[in-house]
Amino acid sequence: MKRHLLEAADLDRDDATLVLDTAAQIDQALAGREVKKLPTLRGRTVVNLFYEDSTRTRISFELAAKRLSADVINFSAKGSSVSKGESLKDTALTLEAMGADGVVVRHSASGAPHRLASWVKGSVVNAGDGTHEHPTQALLDAYTIRQRLGRLDGVRVTIVGDVLHSRVARSNVGLLHTLGAEVTLVAPPTLLPVGVGSWPADVGYDLDAVLPKSDVVMMLRVQAERMNASFFPSAREYSRRYGLDARRMAALPDDAIVMHPGPMNRGMEIAAEVADSVRSTIVEQVANGVSTRMAVLYLLLGGNA
Amino acid sequence: MTNYLIKGARPLGGDPVDILLQDGRVAAVGDSLEATGAEVVQAAGLVALPGLVDLHTHLREPGREDAETVETGSRAAALGGFTAVHAMANTDPVADTAGVVEQVWRLGQEAGLVDVVPVGAVTVGLAGERLAELGAMADSAARVRVFSDDGHCVSDPALMRRALEYVKAFDGVVAQHAEEPRLTVGAQMHEGDRSARLGLTGWPAAAEEAIIARDVLLAEHVGARLHVCHVSTAGSVEILRWAKSRGVQVTAEVTPHHLLLTDACAESYDPVFKVNPPLRTDADVEALRAGLADGTIDAVGTDHAPHAVEDKESEWAQARPGMLGLEQALSVVIETMVEPGRLDWAGVADRMSVRPAQIGRLADHGRLIAPGEPANLVLVDPAARAAVDPAALASRSRNSPYAGRELPGRVVATFLRGEATVLDGKATR
Repeated sequence: MKRHLLEAADLDRDDATLVLDTAAQIDQALAGREVKKLPTLRGRTVVNLFYEDSTRTRISFELAAKRLSADVINFSAKGSSVSKGESLKDTALTLEAMGADGVVVRHSASGAPHRLASWVKGSVVNAGDGTHEHPTQALLDAYTIRQRLGRLDGVRVTIVGDVLHSRVARSNVGLLHTLGAEVTLVAPPTLLPVGVGSWPADVGYDLDAVLPKSDVVMMLRVQAERMNASFFPSAREYSRRYGLDARRMAALPDDAIVMHPGPMNRGMEIAAEVADSVRSTIVEQVANGVSTRMAVLYLLLGGNA
Repeated sequence: MTNYLIKGARPLGGDPVDILLQDGRVAAVGDSLEATGAEVVQAAGLVALPGLVDLHTHLREPGREDAETVETGSRAAALGGFTAVHAMANTDPVADTAGVVEQVWRLGQEAGLVDVVPVGAVTVGLAGERLAELGAMADSAARVRVFSDDGHCVSDPALMRRALEYVKAFDGVVAQHAEEPRLTVGAQMHEGDRSARLGLTGWPAAAEEAIIARDVLLAEHVGARLHVCHVSTAGSVEILRWAKSRGVQVTAEVTPHHLLLTDACAESYDPVFKVNPPLRTDADVEALRAGLADGTIDAVGTDHAPHAVEDKESEWAQARPGMLGLEQALSVVIETMVEPGRLDWAGVADRMSVRPAQIGRLADHGRLIAPGEPANLVLVDPAARAAVDPAALASRSRNSPYAGRELPGRVVATFLRGEATVLDGKATR
């Protein structure tokens, strides 16, 4: 494994499989235990450096580090020196001086974790950077698919929605391709990046056409603000053309699953009855997020001190 | 005033001759010249070119003297072989009045290393709303002939038309920063495969090409001169070629970095490679080289853009766009154009001196090396190769995209009106 996890491309097939297998072992080790804690990272310090509000991802990483017995420091942009204008580099040097073994970073600027990685000695884990990548989300999604369907090789995954602005989509396209899945992106053309043709994925505009050939449908969050920038005419039109409702869900193969990275816009990209159906893996994804992130932290920080 | 006898230099790469500089002019060019009292400059193997002229330099003074001053930028220019640079108007305060352009001009005279020729803003405060007092700047001591809102596009088509028309009265030219602002909101890099993957908002080639197409039509319609700054795409070159074939009075420049670097540099997320317009693709680089070779692109303009460390050592999106260029411009042209055989030394002189001087209406620059001409010239060692060390640059800033890169060509000496501004590769003041 590389020292940092900045993007899905940092993981080759063996590395990615190792993370998923490790997460499974962690789940097994903790299953049924009263004290859900492993001593693996005792004495190590993990800093959660969050420049964007993201309660669920931060909590997930915090829980993961704590269950590995690491010391966890939450450093959020609000209420810290960052809001007084400290630069990313100065923050990095501060964390370095404090002896952080791992830095989990969430930032609104694409590439910020790459910059950070060039300034600190510890391992950097990208917890979402701008519209670039969110590799641990892709890992937990892959883990969830494998858990539900028993395999990843040849699984047909359809990712629907705002691909243009989605770091989840970018990481999933890369990682799922690495793991042998076949990815199809479906979105209005305005929400697909120019250059998407070079990605290892098929691209389509018609959701109804691909649903019967999908083992997994992953719905992306669509922000209503995009409407004001004319990416689509109205929330209603978006929902009608690209939303997943009960009628569309019925077109899926019998064992197909529905995923969403959260937070959901119920009634926009996903109907309530779909989100709450047995096909939905949304709650499992949250639980799997903790185990997968434990696996990542263990593999990056658990080696020789 | 020191007189110089240059021994054995090759004007425009031709046969070795001696060149005598006396009283600010080229006094004689010939074999085995002698001159008592003249300082001898041994120039065997060196190519002599007319002093280079830059149409596009950011000297940052007034306003950002922490990034560059007229003096430090002038020194960088002299070391790069330049004898005249056009100082862009996006200072603080903006160079949109006779007072500011005269200040910059005077600072240039005081530094005395190159002729600093101020560019005047087209619109008040670069705001794109109403014309600045272009005539007052033209009539000032700075004698402004090039007007530009560089950094911003004069995007209002009616205002652009008026500017093109108005400057005809004093033989001025509008230098357009071609960027349709509505198509580049939040743009960070060239829009294509790489921006899609890197998650950086794309700057589409069409945003540049649409403005160039519009402006050549406007220039044709009103019979005015148009200059296009930092052309960066293959499509722009095609539009310029078409416009020139129609007889439109349009000229264009390309930067050294757009001749050498591509958007692949953005993969590092190191903002030293962030620039506006952005680095483009291999195909664009090829089209720009071809355009410069066949004259569709008239000139190399450095777009030398110094930035303080804190404006570059940051996240990509927060960093300011722009990179240094004066000290490596000639080396990049040698690397991309001369060594591959696409431009000979006469071509280099034409694109880096003669034509930019004509565009800027600088009578004393861009002249051939001949008796009676102003003694503005540069001696270059084309065989020298060295890795670029940003710490060794004369610019006050360090944002060179060429750090660590080995480039050919070394400026050995530069003469401004017969005075050496650079000797033995070192600035004389």
